[in-house]
Amino acid sequence: MKLKKGIPLIDQGDKLGFWGGKFGGNFVPETLKKPIEDLEIQFNKLKNDKNFIKERNKYFKNWIGTPTRFIKLKNLTKHVGGAQIWSKVVSDANGGAHKIYNATVHCLLAKRSGKKVIIGDTGAGYAGKMLSMAAKKFGLKCKIFMGAKDIRRQQPNVKAMKKNGADVIPVYSGSQTLVDAVSECMRYWVANCDTTAMCVGSTVGPAIFVRICGWSTSQISRELKVQLINEFGKVPKKLKLYNCVGGGSSSFGFWNEFMDYDKKQVEFIGVEAGGPSKSKKHAAPLTYGSKIGILHGAAQYVNQNSDGQIEETESISAGLDYPGISPLHCFLKDVKRARYTAVSDEEALKAYQIVTKYENLRPSLEPSHAFSVAIKEAKKFSKNTIVIINSCGDAYKDRGILEKKLGKKYVKSN
Amino acid sequence: MLNPISLAFKNAKKKKRPALLTYTVAGDSSKKQSLEILKAISNYADILEVGVPHNTPVADGGQIQTSAYRAIKNGIKMNDIFKIVSDFKKSKNSKPVIFMGYYNMIFQYGENNFLAKCKKSGVNGLIVVDLPWPENKNFSKKCKKNSINFIQLLSPTTSNKRLKSITKDSHDMIYYISMLSTTGGKLKVSPKNILANYNKIKKISPKKNCVIGFGITEKTISNFKNTDGLVVGSQICKEITRSLNNRQNPVINVSKIVSKLRKKIS
Repeated sequence: MKLKKGIPLIDQGDKLGFWGGKFGGNFVPETLKKPIEDLEIQFNKLKNDKNFIKERNKYFKNWIGTPTRFIKLKNLTKHVGGAQIWSKVVSDANGGAHKIYNATVHCLLAKRSGKKVIIGDTGAGYAGKMLSMAAKKFGLKCKIFMGAKDIRRQQPNVKAMKKNGADVIPVYSGSQTLVDAVSECMRYWVANCDTTAMCVGSTVGPAIFVRICGWSTSQISRELKVQLINEFGKVPKKLKLYNCVGGGSSSFGFWNEFMDYDKKQVEFIGVEAGGPSKSKKHAAPLTYGSKIGILHGAAQYVNQNSDGQIEETESISAGLDYPGISPLHCFLKDVKRARYTAVSDEEALKAYQIVTKYENLRPSLEPSHAFSVAIKEAKKFSKNTIVIINSCGDAYKDRGILEKKLGKKYVKSN
Repeated sequence: MLNPISLAFKNAKKKKRPALLTYTVAGDSSKKQSLEILKAISNYADILEVGVPHNTPVADGGQIQTSAYRAIKNGIKMNDIFKIVSDFKKSKNSKPVIFMGYYNMIFQYGENNFLAKCKKSGVNGLIVVDLPWPENKNFSKKCKKNSINFIQLLSPTTSNKRLKSITKDSHDMIYYISMLSTTGGKLKVSPKNILANYNKIKKISPKKNCVIGFGITEKTISNFKNTDGLVVGSQICKEITRSLNNRQNPVINVSKIVSKLRKKIS
């Protein structure tokens, strides 16, 4: 298994959609073979079509708002001591998170294929919120599947989806979180794939969805590369890119442009959700050595029991609360291009407190996981090391949880 | 010698009726009860599909999900499921058994181990919902080597080109999914339409036994008398749930339903 240079990782899968011969693929019911094949043909053509790219860039620029800021966290750098700490503030994007890129691209594809309805899954509610925004923008009807537990804990995003005219369909099966929402969304697609387009909210699912999402979020690293060159005159000699990993869409997008660099120059650090420190449950299949299994159409490292039943996860962060992980990250782990670790709920909360204390930045609970590791490691690095954390979501959606866990001042003062 | 599945079709054909295939989930609502249900319904059914419950089933509707979650909650494990089948096969009126499930269960057991265990416990065929063609080519060959029928699925979205390739690679039995739906959906396509697709498949592959499933219930089954076989699943799972909710015996109620289904196609 080897990472090839000069070819985008999303295009390094084999004929059947496997990366490294074993991650990804298309484990789907027969009914979905045709719509998936249609989408593959459409995407393979359009991703090289100048007009389509122009159209995408137009919406990315004028509607999503590119580029998002790349800022130095001066106070935090001073407080931590060691490396320079910077952040790519992807939460600047319209809607407040990176999920808008994938949602926009899926709506553009759906519109071109003449579909009138688009459906999607959501955990933290960002994928759903962004899909509802994009659907409204492009005149598509929208249905969002969301676990009942997530609906309770991510109310601000639920309200936003409804305001955008989307149907939010609560999913009561299983653990009532993202994993069940994705299953239910796929089921709905099985029954309605003739009229309906599906958007998978992360770099997970059947191979084509992994590819489309990765292609869309790569906007983040395209911008960052330009911003780095503007700031430092070149890509710095010691660069470390920290990103939280749930399904893996923001981290993949944050890293993609730097894939071909030597890892000694540009290191990728993925931070998974370790769950409550007192609980055995987690959402960190890469860190804790979960076995390969099939989930939602793709082979990947996934939390499961010896029989192959998918295990329940637990994390304070709804966006990371997923038992599997993108096939792209499984591949990056196995070829050792990226390094993965996990932090607990408590550590993420602590990082949130530190960041908000020193900076005018409000990362949601998902990137707070990445901040936690970056802060710990930055201490040990030299001053010419550039540490960048992707602040891929805004904490507005986490108000309820933060108030409960940390008290009112952490919500009000920010 | 004909394999037990083909023999079951042949026997039904002799009586000028389609074969009746039932689907129940192994371990629903308990190991013991699901075995009793299999024994009871095999008086009327020709082939028994045994669902291997999985907790992220992407093609199953509410009724079968409820059965699957109930079975898992009650502690069913893969080895228990094999045991249910081998116990059932020892009973005097046993019928061919087809496992229906999701690939991860097979993958975790190991393909070779799984097939060896199938053979040992008397499983005659496999339907793997999320292992479509051509991804299933290797596994289906392994099944054949072990004299286990790998049952290919076809759906209304299957192109003619695919249809030809899939039927060519299929064993004795193929399964036509009647409509775009998860299991247990209401029949939203006219029987005429479904039969037209069925006949198209039979024309391409006249020798293979083709069954129709999804949306087949007591109400709709008599529309499809001139076919090789029909699968009823969700209605049976629903009856188990209903019986449990009303504190009635699911074994009796389910066998009543299966007996009625059989009468409707006889």
